[in-house]
Amino acid sequence: MADTAIRTRRTRKQLPVEGTRKRVGRLPRAAVHHPWWFALPAIVVFAGFFLVPNLLNFYYSFTNWSSYHPDIAFTGLDNFRTIADDGSLLRAIRTTLLYALLAALFQNGFGLVLALLLEDDSRFNRFFRAVFFLPVLISALATGYVFQALLDQDGAVNSVLGTDVPWLGSTTWTLVLVTLIHGWKWMGLSMLIYLAGLKGIPGDMLEAARMDGAGPWRTFWSVRWPMLAPAVTFNVTTALIGSMNTFDIVQATTGGGPAASTEVFNIYMFRIFGQGLYAQASAMSLVLFLVVVAVAIPLVVGLRRREQML
Amino acid sequence: MSTTTAGPSVAWRYGRPALVLLLAALAVGVPLWLVAVTSAKPQAEAIKPNLDLPGQWQPGSNYENAVSQGQMLRGFLNSLLVVVPSVVLVLILGAGAAWVFARRKSKLVSAAYALCISGLLLPPAVITIVMELRQLGLANTRPGMIAVYTGMYLSTSIFFMTGFIRAIPVELEEAARIDGAKPSRIFVRIVLPLLRPVIATATIMVMLYAWSDIFYAFFVLGGGERATLPLNLYQVASAQLYLNNWHLVFAYVVVMSLPMVAVFLVGQRKIVSGITSGAVK
Repeated sequence: MADTAIRTRRTRKQLPVEGTRKRVGRLPRAAVHHPWWFALPAIVVFAGFFLVPNLLNFYYSFTNWSSYHPDIAFTGLDNFRTIADDGSLLRAIRTTLLYALLAALFQNGFGLVLALLLEDDSRFNRFFRAVFFLPVLISALATGYVFQALLDQDGAVNSVLGTDVPWLGSTTWTLVLVTLIHGWKWMGLSMLIYLAGLKGIPGDMLEAARMDGAGPWRTFWSVRWPMLAPAVTFNVTTALIGSMNTFDIVQATTGGGPAASTEVFNIYMFRIFGQGLYAQASAMSLVLFLVVVAVAIPLVVGLRRREQML
Repeated sequence: MSTTTAGPSVAWRYGRPALVLLLAALAVGVPLWLVAVTSAKPQAEAIKPNLDLPGQWQPGSNYENAVSQGQMLRGFLNSLLVVVPSVVLVLILGAGAAWVFARRKSKLVSAAYALCISGLLLPPAVITIVMELRQLGLANTRPGMIAVYTGMYLSTSIFFMTGFIRAIPVELEEAARIDGAKPSRIFVRIVLPLLRPVIATATIMVMLYAWSDIFYAFFVLGGGERATLPLNLYQVASAQLYLNNWHLVFAYVVVMSLPMVAVFLVGQRKIVSGITSGAVK
């Protein structure tokens, strides 16, 4: 009797212990239902062809890798010294940042104005939304050629206006023009995202503003603009970061000129790589990486915070 | 405009469509018109591009020349052969990863997710990509190009899809699990079909960039045999033969842009809803 009583007590004690041990030994539920190997191929490809090259940049930019040497040797900061001394480093940073800033400004400005103009869901508006989306569908290189034909000194704009302005020949203003083209090319995408943001604003909120006697301007600045914060975050971030990676439009309109005044990072890399100076191009690529990180992190953090405050 | 309460609504009712028409005509109409008329002109008229109608119409021979001299068919095929596999891989690999990232919660998973979407912001290191592909024997090959595009756009698809899957109730999966379905079956039968709207988004986003990409194609594929359509256009436009031959360049532009426009027109509604639903979250 005593034995059995002890035994039962023991088994009773053991049961929960066994239970917990079983739970510890068993794979967690999540691992069974959503196993890691579903994510593995994506992680492998992404790491292999995106992260690894970025890491390699941290090595090859400190070497003499080029088409002139059969082997690759470590040379320290030589490449960075070269690009700093010939002025191309600072110029590329300044040009790219200015380009990104202006392109983001134009793309978002145009996109927001178009979204406000085409907000109501009429057939007329739907048609013109598609019209303004067309430039997004045309390749950036083709866009560049179209605007080269428009803005050439012998081009269509001068022929229509009867002027003889070298639109693409100014070392100050051509960069602004090229960013305007960039804004033109991508305004349709921003427009769609702003339209979605506008549609997401509750109707009774606008109704309440109208009842309180707010005019269209007041409604825009006090209700709609704050409610658009998530769309602004997305649009500004993608536009800024995306345009730092620009190449096609610049290459097709100016090729980096005049006098390298529109030579953004990617144009420089393309030119230097073509000359066989691979390590120097890699150094520039590393600088671009660092500049993007330096811009992106405060930007994303700041815009997120702004969203929460509004 | 907003001085009186009745003013804006009346002025706006007629002013807005007029403004839209004006903007559309100036901003989109003029460039498209230039492309259309120039692509139908003989060389002598096209050398100084303007908005006049062609004095002599010859669209047929221009388009024929652009197609034959510009190796259009080869370029089209080359583009298809790298863009389509890239899109498929981006979608399938991205969906698998997004499923895991959306459903599992641990520090490791969030870290892996953060790493995988870092490509949304970080620039691809194009110079060392060339180096790596050379060492792997993939330089100047289509598989190399596909791997690079897939790596570049996976972040976008993982980001959009993870957000989307998080909004799908788990109960749908659990019901199937109780019926004894394995993860792979649940993924194929339940998760993938539910992802359809976001797949449309990811497809159009990747198509938008990859179909018109020239920068990365330059480094990975180079010119020659495997040149894609935009690469061909660049070669055509920079070649001595074509210098200032705007009529042929624009004939090329028209033919090259048609597939994207067609894709957009067919899937317009889905594309628009897809792009916007993914972005504003």
